[in-house]
Amino acid sequence: MTEEDKQAKADESAASAQHEQARQASAGQAPASAAGASASGDGGSTSSGDAAAGAVQRVDWHSPEMLARLRRRHAANRRMKYIGLGAIVLAAALLGILVSSLVNNGTSAFRQTYIALEFDLKPELVNPENMRRGKWRRIVKEGLLRALPEEYRQNRRLARKVLKIVSRSAPYALRDHVMENPQLVGRTISFEVLAADPFDQYNKGIIPAVIGDGEKQRPNPRLGGPELVRAFEILKEQQRVSMPFNWGLFFHADSRLPETAGLAGAIVGSFLTLLVCFVISFPTGILAAIYLEEFAPKNRLTDFIEININNLAAVPSVVFGLLGLALFIGFFGVPRSTPLVGGMVLSLMTLPTIIIATRAALKAVPPSLREAALGVGASHHQMVFHHVLPVAMPGILTGAIIGMAQALGETAPLLLVGMNAFIPDISNMGLTQPATVLPTQIYSWADSPERGFVSRTAAAILVLLGFLVVMNALAIWLRQRYSTKW
Amino acid sequence: MNNGEQTDMRTTDAAQARQEGGGACSETGGDCKFITRNVNVFYGEKQAIFDVSLDIPDRAVMALIGPSGCGKSTYLRCLNRMNDLIDICRVEGTFLLDGEDIYNGDIDPVLLRARVGMVFQKPNPFPKSIFENVAYGPRIHGLAKDRTELEEIVETSLRKAALWDEVKDRLHAPGTGLSGGQQQRLCIARAIATRPEVILMDEPASALDPIATARIEELIDELKENYCIVIVTHSMQQAARVSDRTAFFHLGKLIEEGPTEQIFTAPKEQQTQDYITGRYG
Repeated sequence: MTEEDKQAKADESAASAQHEQARQASAGQAPASAAGASASGDGGSTSSGDAAAGAVQRVDWHSPEMLARLRRRHAANRRMKYIGLGAIVLAAALLGILVSSLVNNGTSAFRQTYIALEFDLKPELVNPENMRRGKWRRIVKEGLLRALPEEYRQNRRLARKVLKIVSRSAPYALRDHVMENPQLVGRTISFEVLAADPFDQYNKGIIPAVIGDGEKQRPNPRLGGPELVRAFEILKEQQRVSMPFNWGLFFHADSRLPETAGLAGAIVGSFLTLLVCFVISFPTGILAAIYLEEFAPKNRLTDFIEININNLAAVPSVVFGLLGLALFIGFFGVPRSTPLVGGMVLSLMTLPTIIIATRAALKAVPPSLREAALGVGASHHQMVFHHVLPVAMPGILTGAIIGMAQALGETAPLLLVGMNAFIPDISNMGLTQPATVLPTQIYSWADSPERGFVSRTAAAILVLLGFLVVMNALAIWLRQRYSTKW
Repeated sequence: MNNGEQTDMRTTDAAQARQEGGGACSETGGDCKFITRNVNVFYGEKQAIFDVSLDIPDRAVMALIGPSGCGKSTYLRCLNRMNDLIDICRVEGTFLLDGEDIYNGDIDPVLLRARVGMVFQKPNPFPKSIFENVAYGPRIHGLAKDRTELEEIVETSLRKAALWDEVKDRLHAPGTGLSGGQQQRLCIARAIATRPEVILMDEPASALDPIATARIEELIDELKENYCIVIVTHSMQQAARVSDRTAFFHLGKLIEEGPTEQIFTAPKEQQTQDYITGRYG
């Protein structure tokens, strides 16, 4: 910028010197009075040639002042352009950093380490009469030891430790598999079990086998000692370790074990909560906006209502959470932690957004359309519902979807009404059952100490962002698709 | 506000106006469609029309002319209570449509607007199909018993508006896709479809090219056989071509009203003379 200014100044002085010469040259030929006027330096706004009284004063578009002003105006244009461009670049860079850090942290959670083992389903261990009481841990341990060299089987201490390689959920997964297929009892089956979280992380290269450096090097305590790392490496050499796409992230409910934790509960909870929110706020918001915009008399009361709706849109969402806690749960006794109460709280927040968007969309309908409808004898309500509302609909839907997207990302008010329940099973989720939603799930995962939750948190944020992008894209598509062509 | 008193005054005015029976119309030999007496219109504090009394003949074209802002459009929009839409607008005076007071509860504004159709300055078809544009009015007023009858009404209206031949193959194409002149004729067809008695036209040709204008003018000529037409226009040639009677407005006052020939050849008032010869406006 300073470079530019200097350049501009230099140009200016050069041009002015040139012009001065020309002016003096012309003054020499002109009458004395005109020369005098030019010498006095009239600011360059009038041409020096004809200063005769009564003649129209011509603007000298080529005077140095004029040229300098023009350059300054162009420079201001350029500055504005570069500043704006800089703002965009900064915003894009920050967004890029955010997304790339999420992707960097989160992608590893989209794959999960499995270990394929052979399990001998001896009837005396399976306990076919009541499989729930079977000795599944022992079956899994034997499966592991069978794949490992002799030394692990000989050493009792080691033999006990090897179970740490697989997830604590592995015996239950094997049990459920056998309970579904009872004909397997007595056979030896090949089955893939989840690796325990530290070994999953180790397999993905996130945590090392040895920590510290130089003299202080020691085996990573998370992995439970060098023998287990060696055992895992042996399993890897036998091609038993695989890392397929982690469908469990979407189809498993929450868990205390990072390797089995998934977002299914949160996704279902978010869906139910948004459903309640939509059912309450969409019709109410649209009808309120139509009444205020089309039917209500314009007086102090409606002005007051309008101001308050605008204020509501600016209220911090945590306040709505407190209101929901005191009013819905405390006074009306709506069950807490449920999608019902969560949706009600969110609809308080979404309502002003929808009302404001709807009113703006209704206002934007050209008056000529209203006149046309009334002109053929439509009643007021026919005009609104047959003509104005269809034209305003894309704008209304856009506003509603943006309101919903806001609601989807809202955390604070939902924490206050207890919507961060731990949901290990999605089979009995309902409007009046405790639930959690995506943002609060992210919040509780971010709070968990296990290493595996770091990448799962980032992955959950990516999933949430994905839903938001889809909703906003839907809003844009609706606007394009249904906007009226005039 | 003593609304009762105002209503009483209006009723007496209306009775008086009915008795007078519109002497001006007898000159044309026809009946009076509209009788208006002592019309004053206010936008908030500002008065837009001052004490205008005007009779509008049936089956004829009445042109309202005058410079911009003279109140002719405002007066026109009083005839179908379109000014009701404007919050700050207040209308005083008597408006009789076939002897019924349109501002005094004799006619519901919704039915009034079906009987007094309107064509606006800028073509404003609904963003729906051509068919729906024309069919909308008859449908909401229940003028057609079934689909066939509705289709008949649509066809007749489009024929009367001289648009049928151009659109008969694409009745379900959007009305907003037509050219400006076609759109305006569509709006005329839409106004005709509710079988009105009066058609108000607010500068219907001002947004159109000369060819489209000529078509609209031909149309007005045909329509006056059956309808009472009131047209606001800025073009004095147009007023001279299409109208039977002309009223000249200036600064909210009715300066002169009479047969078009007389207004354009031998105006009684100096102001009319000045305007017509292009001295101002």
